[in-house]
Amino acid sequence: MLPADLKPELFAAYPPQAKKLVASYVPTLQRLPLAYVPSLLREVIEYDFKFPAERKALEKELANLSSLSPEQTKTWFQAFSQIQLSSELEKSDWVNAPAQFVENLSAHLWTTHQLDAFRTAALDYADRLHAVVLPEPPTIPRLGITVIGQGAAPSEEPLFRKLRPHGAYFTNIKPQGGLEALLKACADRAQAHPIPYGHWYIDGGDAAAHDSALTCVSYGGLGPARGALSEKIRSDIERPGMGPEALRTLMARLRPADLGFTAATDPVLDRFQVKLLTEGSGTQIFSTTFAQWAAREALRRAQPHTLLVRFAPRQRQKPMNEMLASGRESADFDPAASLVDADMGAYYNWLNLQRLTGSERSSSVVWFEGHNEAVAVGPALPRGTTSDASTSVEQLLSWAA
Amino acid sequence: MMSRFLSPQATPRALATHFAATRRDFLRTAASLAIGSTVLGSSRLLHAAIPKRKVIVITFGGGARDQETFAPEGQENIPHLIRDLIPRSTFFSQVVNRGILGHYVATASLATGVYETVNNFASLPPEHPTAFEYFRKDLKRPASDAWVVAPSNGFNRIGESSHRAYGPSTGARVILPKHLLKAANAAGQDYEHLLRDNYETPLYAPQLSGNDFELEQLGMLLKLSLDDFKSHARTLSSPDELSVYIVRQLMRELAPSLLWITMHDIDIAHAGAYSLYIDGIRRTDRLCADIWKAVETEPEYARKTTLFILPDFGRDADDDAGGNGFQHHRTGDTLSRTTWMMALGAGIREGVVFDRPLDSTDLVPTLGSMLGFTASYSQGKPIQELL
Repeated sequence: MLPADLKPELFAAYPPQAKKLVASYVPTLQRLPLAYVPSLLREVIEYDFKFPAERKALEKELANLSSLSPEQTKTWFQAFSQIQLSSELEKSDWVNAPAQFVENLSAHLWTTHQLDAFRTAALDYADRLHAVVLPEPPTIPRLGITVIGQGAAPSEEPLFRKLRPHGAYFTNIKPQGGLEALLKACADRAQAHPIPYGHWYIDGGDAAAHDSALTCVSYGGLGPARGALSEKIRSDIERPGMGPEALRTLMARLRPADLGFTAATDPVLDRFQVKLLTEGSGTQIFSTTFAQWAAREALRRAQPHTLLVRFAPRQRQKPMNEMLASGRESADFDPAASLVDADMGAYYNWLNLQRLTGSERSSSVVWFEGHNEAVAVGPALPRGTTSDASTSVEQLLSWAA
Repeated sequence: MMSRFLSPQATPRALATHFAATRRDFLRTAASLAIGSTVLGSSRLLHAAIPKRKVIVITFGGGARDQETFAPEGQENIPHLIRDLIPRSTFFSQVVNRGILGHYVATASLATGVYETVNNFASLPPEHPTAFEYFRKDLKRPASDAWVVAPSNGFNRIGESSHRAYGPSTGARVILPKHLLKAANAAGQDYEHLLRDNYETPLYAPQLSGNDFELEQLGMLLKLSLDDFKSHARTLSSPDELSVYIVRQLMRELAPSLLWITMHDIDIAHAGAYSLYIDGIRRTDRLCADIWKAVETEPEYARKTTLFILPDFGRDADDDAGGNGFQHHRTGDTLSRTTWMMALGAGIREGVVFDRPLDSTDLVPTLGSMLGFTASYSQGKPIQELL
């Protein structure tokens, strides 16, 4: 089937809000090439479980597509139209399983050496879209906070090497009450600017006490879901014909109820958390990977105004089966290696924050928990400087934010 | 919406040139290499007096980026390459892989000189003849003269292709050290740390198997007793260390003329822990130096061996929003496609760096020119600077 054959009734199995959304745009979709449409439908089919920022962006993208004249549509999608697809891809159920199509499309593009052409087409499309659909600016400057090194001794290697050139390095932070001060600052922002999914706290261990205005995700809190996932993986791996690709497909189909989430109070957040575990690589076994990936996905999808990420020690590397099986209580932790992971994770948090609108006004703070070192990056902070003045965490925040 | 497709900061060509220039500038200052040019011409005179030449290829895998290796901040991770090997090398600062960036298929492409399109996760042979098949057929060499030591289940078919002019029993013997260990330790669970497989999907841990054939390899060919093998394995910390242990045994007992070693420890990066990725790079750096030391000390290899070291490909750039930095090699961006290669040993000019772009597929025809076979089906071209 090709997009020209689309009819409203083909979307009958979509979740209610997604079905309603796509119904208005079927004529628009009919004009677009198959190499592009399933990637859009992959977003549409998840509409009911998307964060507000994502919904708004998707609505704007669809509205823009429908506003294009036939000539403009041709120009915008010429490169996508030139991608050669296989008959298997055309015959697949890309309306109801767009994610599966996109995965198969990726393999097809690699195999037929069309990946670069697709990449060029995608980048060209993104550039055009950026030019006409302006992203929403944040209502307040964004603030990213990363707390690293829980339980680690001072590192032999210098910390924050990638971030120091972009901001100010502090060597004499007063650590007492630091975490509480950071959480309070986040809570204050959430209280003053109540935006749904606008203020986040992600913890690589067990979440510390925090204000309920913060959207919270923690590795420790997902322990039962991780356990359920491990059990599923262990039993699925033993099934005949199972391989890495089939396992990935099976995991992508898992829903919150499959991993023990009950009585959903927040289906959007539940689905987000399940995706962290089923689509992230290594998020199930290393808490540092979990914290970094959760932050990346929160920034990419929810586009928060405030984000505090606290890394915790990850388990020591062991054979995969043992790591999957080990509970947090029995894990053998590796704080020194976790500090290295988190230091890089902090850099990635900053990079991902910079990708959001209003980056020229956004600020980042990274603190070595319980110690004297921190780095702060923001419009008011001089780049590549070092301060050895005694500084409280509150002062640090006031200069950065 | 926007995050599905994001724009790069510069063109791929500009980025590739930048990476090459960064490596070159570093090598000029830190390793005192000269800049090569066509004026230097070929190394033909150096080749004239190499008796019974042997070639060893090491893939520096699975995938490392410049910023953790050749960039200033990464140099601390590759002290052996920098201090011991690069000064003795001809170094190519821009090797581009235009194929599929999966480790098995990319390694198969390196071995055939054709961008293979086999499923990275299926147990399939390459579709085009491998260097091992050309080598054995053209030079009428026995099976014992071409070996592959490979890290994981997926590589067990890499020794020979499905090409109708070549194929079964005409290629290299493939040894999977993890299978050997599993066979040697059928009843025990002591070596799980050495049996890790398939980093690209960290959660998928396939059952490894070992059988009597593997045990026969151990005893008959490698002259290793079960007990010696097992007790030595106990002292090792990674699958690549196990591979290098087997390589050294192969060199000592069989001394193959064409030996291919695929390293894989670095690919632990897929699990997302930066510290483990860095550990993998440092270990691979050390193991490359160990192999070179073995080349210099084994009488069958000393002074007649050319060693190639090259990554199969890189990893995603930090600034590509479609990826997650070092963790994967999924975006197909310029950084993940642009790597390097060094050649050292017999017939190789020391201390020279070349900037011009090479293709990953150029390796096989170059091996052909060195060893005396014709890579008829390869898409690459012999690297004149090495000939």
